[in-house]
Amino acid sequence: MCAPIRNRPSYLWLRRPETGLVMVRARAGGSGAQFNLGEMAVTRCVLRTANDIAGYAYVPGRNSRHAELAALMDAMLLDPARHDEVYRCVVRPLVESRRQRLAATAAKAAATKVEFFTLVRGEND
Amino acid sequence: MDGYPAATVAVMPGFDDPVAGSQCVFRALLAAFAHPATLREVPLCCDHPAVLEPAAAAVCLALLDYETPLWIDPCLETAGVREFLRFHCGCPLVTMPRAARFALLDCAAGLRLLDEFDCGDIEYPERSTTLLIQCRGFATATATTFSGPGIRDRVQLAVNGIEFGFWQQWRKNRQLFPRGVDLIFIHGNRIAALPRTTQVET
Repeated sequence: MCAPIRNRPSYLWLRRPETGLVMVRARAGGSGAQFNLGEMAVTRCVLRTANDIAGYAYVPGRNSRHAELAALMDAMLLDPARHDEVYRCVVRPLVESRRQRLAATAAKAAATKVEFFTLVRGEND
Repeated sequence: MDGYPAATVAVMPGFDDPVAGSQCVFRALLAAFAHPATLREVPLCCDHPAVLEPAAAAVCLALLDYETPLWIDPCLETAGVREFLRFHCGCPLVTMPRAARFALLDCAAGLRLLDEFDCGDIEYPERSTTLLIQCRGFATATATTFSGPGIRDRVQLAVNGIEFGFWQQWRKNRQLFPRGVDLIFIHGNRIAALPRTTQVET
């Protein structure tokens, strides 16, 4: 694996973390009429690093530290000098862990799969 | 670095605490409109683009949001100002003065005619434009005398950078009552409000 991110840039807040609700809209079956599924909590923030790069984050839930880190990573990804490092040490491992999580869930679901079949009834003709 | 547009202008941070900051500035504005033509300090300012007066930036942050179209005087309309207001207020920027609910002006450019702005209609006189006018100070100009609701007898206020002809227009604005525009003069961290009911004495 790779080393954790060192030398995080200093930054100031353009918008401190704030939690609000957003309406999630959906379509039945992906093709029906849109309806309001329900509201979810979202925390957002914007910061500006010392080299004047703005990082934005909107994360689900109420964890403002999560939003802060996401915004900082966003700003670092926009910095040509840090982009590759962040991509390698943060984005790739996250993508990989998500893939594994989904695969584990899929495997668990697959194990409980039930096959329905009908025996051919012996109707002589 | 594919697909990420680099930010062109660094946005300035707004109020440290947006809710308390806006409320505090709003309170000062209420007091300014309750006592027309009287100087009042805006208690709190924030980092702001260089062409804006500190109080002008604070008033914008307190009053503007996505429902208040703003017209900006071309001499103030820098990329920094546009980004600042778009980021913190989310207000639509309009090109026609008449379409604006608020207008941000600077007396350096020579003021527009007041009747270029929306003075409301008779059913909804409150939907007129409120003008935020940056002036050059409140000290050395010849004082103008005002009277009207909220003013005991008379009050004097000197607004630097405002031409005499402007007060003629303000008289016309007064005659439109209950329609008409309201305005706030701004310099440094001080403001003075002229609601449409305030009259200029000769």
